Amino acid sequence: MSERSLPPVTELGVVSMALIVAGGISIASSLPGEVSLGLPVVLLAASAALMVGNLVALSRVRGFNWPAFFAVARWALLAYCVIAAILEFVFVNDGTRGGVLVVLTLSLLVYAVHVPLLIGFTVARYQPLD
Amino acid sequence: MTDVALPAAPGVAGDDAPARPDFEIVPRRGLPVVGVVLAALVAAIAANELWPLEFFHVVAGGLWTAFDLFLGFVLGPIMGRLAIPARVELTTRLMPKLLLIMPTLVTCTLASGWQLGRIMGTVNAGHPDHGWIVASYVVVGVMAVIALAVLEPANVAVLFELKKRRPDPRIIERLMKRFIYTAGITGAMQVTTLVIMTKVAAG
Repeated sequence: MSERSLPPVTELGVVSMALIVAGGISIASSLPGEVSLGLPVVLLAASAALMVGNLVALSRVRGFNWPAFFAVARWALLAYCVIAAILEFVFVNDGTRGGVLVVLTLSLLVYAVHVPLLIGFTVARYQPLD
Repeated sequence: MTDVALPAAPGVAGDDAPARPDFEIVPRRGLPVVGVVLAALVAAIAANELWPLEFFHVVAGGLWTAFDLFLGFVLGPIMGRLAIPARVELTTRLMPKLLLIMPTLVTCTLASGWQLGRIMGTVNAGHPDHGWIVASYVVVGVMAVIALAVLEPANVAVLFELKKRRPDPRIIERLMKRFIYTAGITGAMQVTTLVIMTKVAAG
């Protein structure tokens, strides 16, 4: 089993997902009336920053099995893009527009990228480089 | 969502590693079924009719809750007492199917549930049950974070480990601790979901 030091990708992923969910709840609980986007935007920005931080930290790991990572993450990305697209369709179909739709779309984007990243990381960390 | 824990075999990987059947990590034969279900979900949302939305929300939500509670509190402990080869065989047959079933159920439940709430008005801030609905958002949010960021990556990684010629029991044990640590939280959230949804349905 690999015991090398790795960045806390999973832990940061949990926090990032929690921030996205909190932002979504903040918006959903205010609908259909006036939605204050201040808090959701801050939560989204923090979540996206954690995702980028995760990517940067992971990119600096030496000897990481990138082929295994991409082999898994690309299919997971496809699956989660389909799910995100369905959720996006629900919002658009309901007439959600403007800033609320932008925040929800970007939140789905972070979700659709970060989950595959976590899946690919968790698989690849235990796959030896040939 | 809960999945089944596979306690690791004692010792380290070697010639005594349990034999396991060959398996597909994602069962390709199930993908068309998932595609049909998701297409029907999109059609139901586009039609915006009460009955198909209620069907998707109640059926998928009920199955999601039942799967979580059954796997976490019935099948999981049973598996823990099985012989190692039996655990491995059950896991390699069950977990790939769950990789398709659980995300599909969750997507159907949430997407149809939101649309249903818009039709019935329960998601509106002025609705008498709005507090219960917001509580359900929090419950689903907790389950989503656990499922997406913690359990699903572990689920896939365990299957990849079991695909190896000599799976390392220590890796499987480490990954499976996630299921043990989160089973109680997920179970509590699912029971809370039942309380909230029956309250909202009763009015």
